[in-house]
Amino acid sequence: MIIRRRPAAALLGMLAALSLFGAPPAHADETTPKEPPKVELVLDISGSMRARDIEGHSRISVLQQSFNDVLDAMPAEAQVGIRVLGATYPGNVKAVGCKDTQQLVPIGPIDKLEAKTAVATLRPTGFTPVGLALRAAAQDLGTGETTRRIVLITDGEDTCAPPDPCEVARELAAQGTHLVVDTLGLTLNDKVRRQLTCIASATGGTYTAVTSKTQLTNRINQLVDRAATTYTQTPAQVDGTDNCKGAPMLSPGAYTDREQFQEHRWYQVPVRDGQELRASVSVSLDRALNRDYGVLLRAVSQDGRELVRGTDAGSGRTDVLSTGLRWSAEQNAPDQTVCLVVSNSFSSPTATTAATPGMPLELTVGVVDSSPAPNGPDLGRGWGLLGLLALAGLVGGLLFGWLARWRVAIWRAN
Amino acid sequence: MMLTTSVRRCAGALSAAAAALLLSAGPAAADTATPSPSPSESLAPVTTAGSSFLTATAVQPGQPVQLAGSTGDYLYWSFTAEAGQTDKIAITVTLPPAASRHGASSWAVDVFDGLRRRQACTAGAQTPTAAAGAASVTLGCTLRQVRAWAEPWSGDPLPGTYYVRLAVTTLPEQDLGLPMQVAMQITAHDSDDIQPEGGELKASLTQPVAAGTVMTSAPPVAAEEEKDTGWSWDWLPDLSTRWAWTAIGGAIAAVTGVAGYRLTRHPRRRIPEPDGFYRPSGDAQGEHGPRDRVLRG
Repeated sequence: MIIRRRPAAALLGMLAALSLFGAPPAHADETTPKEPPKVELVLDISGSMRARDIEGHSRISVLQQSFNDVLDAMPAEAQVGIRVLGATYPGNVKAVGCKDTQQLVPIGPIDKLEAKTAVATLRPTGFTPVGLALRAAAQDLGTGETTRRIVLITDGEDTCAPPDPCEVARELAAQGTHLVVDTLGLTLNDKVRRQLTCIASATGGTYTAVTSKTQLTNRINQLVDRAATTYTQTPAQVDGTDNCKGAPMLSPGAYTDREQFQEHRWYQVPVRDGQELRASVSVSLDRALNRDYGVLLRAVSQDGRELVRGTDAGSGRTDVLSTGLRWSAEQNAPDQTVCLVVSNSFSSPTATTAATPGMPLELTVGVVDSSPAPNGPDLGRGWGLLGLLALAGLVGGLLFGWLARWRVAIWRAN
Repeated sequence: MMLTTSVRRCAGALSAAAAALLLSAGPAAADTATPSPSPSESLAPVTTAGSSFLTATAVQPGQPVQLAGSTGDYLYWSFTAEAGQTDKIAITVTLPPAASRHGASSWAVDVFDGLRRRQACTAGAQTPTAAAGAASVTLGCTLRQVRAWAEPWSGDPLPGTYYVRLAVTTLPEQDLGLPMQVAMQITAHDSDDIQPEGGELKASLTQPVAAGTVMTSAPPVAAEEEKDTGWSWDWLPDLSTRWAWTAIGGAIAAVTGVAGYRLTRHPRRRIPEPDGFYRPSGDAQGEHGPRDRVLRG
């Protein structure tokens, strides 16, 4: 009977490998964040919310019912605030109506009963100052180390531009406050969708077209959970320079920066003898761009010699374009500082697409022990080896046998 | 008669050696599929997905992923692969009701390694297109086998983190944001035949996710550590099946060596002769050589 058995050696090796690999990245850093993640829900209570077009109910009633479920499911430690827009001014004066936004529930541990009552008593009223509400929400959330999330739920396009809400979103994202705006549209109107997708893509958020109450509830829950579970670490802000001299010196970790079309951004990383440099870069496509694009990451020595490059190109709809590289010096090379340069071949379809601020760039740097090339194996393996050894043994035995007989014959002859 | 006995004995030794070999893993038998544990086995389904590389949801091979999303979302997951592993990703997207859609849509599953370098799929529908009336679309990607070591300049798959991104690449603009259901599963196929043999990556391909710090100047070089000149076992090859193969090969060589040696003896000489080995002394130095003796004996 033949029993196939994984050799103990391989099992041991796998166990060792398991302990080496460690946990996946989402759990790679178990340090608790210094502050809890913060979310602000921005609700549109403008007059158009009266329309009865979601499963036969009015938009506002769907929103209110769904909010009850969301608040029930919300974890106690969630830091959530609620801001409304167009909720108080019933008049027709645009100048006044376009300033109509208030914080209903301040950001902090939420009092569910109070919040439910506050939302339940809202009546559809005024204008839709989305841009202003976004700015105010960003102020409510303040600045800090963790990412802030705004969940914007609206049914109408901004009736108060300027400021254009999409411009506001890009401007807020560029302030380096790690702000993400997720949008939910309560109508399938083309203009609303375009505006909301623009806001979402400008900040790395998502857009959802709400077609039912369950979908709305699930989506808000999902977004609040996402804020709570995944946004514990945000990359450090860094400003790359236009050449290697004087570029910021980076230690291992994650960084963010902004890069304009055709711009080169330089950074430096010290690499010692016996170490390997690892770098990866992602450029987010946060605006309308020409169809084809590319990103290039190069490692360059101090004297301008290219060491290695990573590149990726693409076309069509995507969120980020990323690439990476590994590099290690030859054995016993002196310590050196390697320059990293990120460049891109993005371009704008129209002159009106804002070139500034640049596109978000995320850079992660790792410096680890370099891995030398493996030596050739010292031992053999396989059926061919056994055949060869058996043949060698046979030939050796025959030779020895004949030699012995010959020797005996000589000895006898003498 | 004697010869056949000895040959049989020899063959016996050989087959014993072969059996011992089979007990360990031969290279042909080394490929053992370890199907990932079924969903019922302790792996709770994942119901979330990240929205970027840094926030990707960690998934284990064999762990089912089920979630609701909106078309247009970029969904990220990450998993850890080891050397010798071949991973297969299978995704099914249940599309929004055909009545609310305006045309065909193309989907893509992209896989990236720990350095966010795009990884090739060797099989599977990586970028399928769903017809306007289709109810669901199936995506798949089988990655290359993860290597134990590769030169820094190569893009070969290495042990470490892998990222999976699911997104719609082309669709009518009106169809953005509609509800969809996503089911994903990663299956890992392990193999002992790890290439290159003896290769080892000192640190797995996993980039730091914590915020870095900008240094003002290059850090001072740490004092050179004293090189340990004591006795070490480093010269010994790593523990592997090669040890078994080589050792058993040596044993077989010894057996066939003895067998070969014995083949050169006359069959009659292999058992003690009843009248003794010793002959009259004149026989040895007389006109009869050993060959004559053997022929006569």
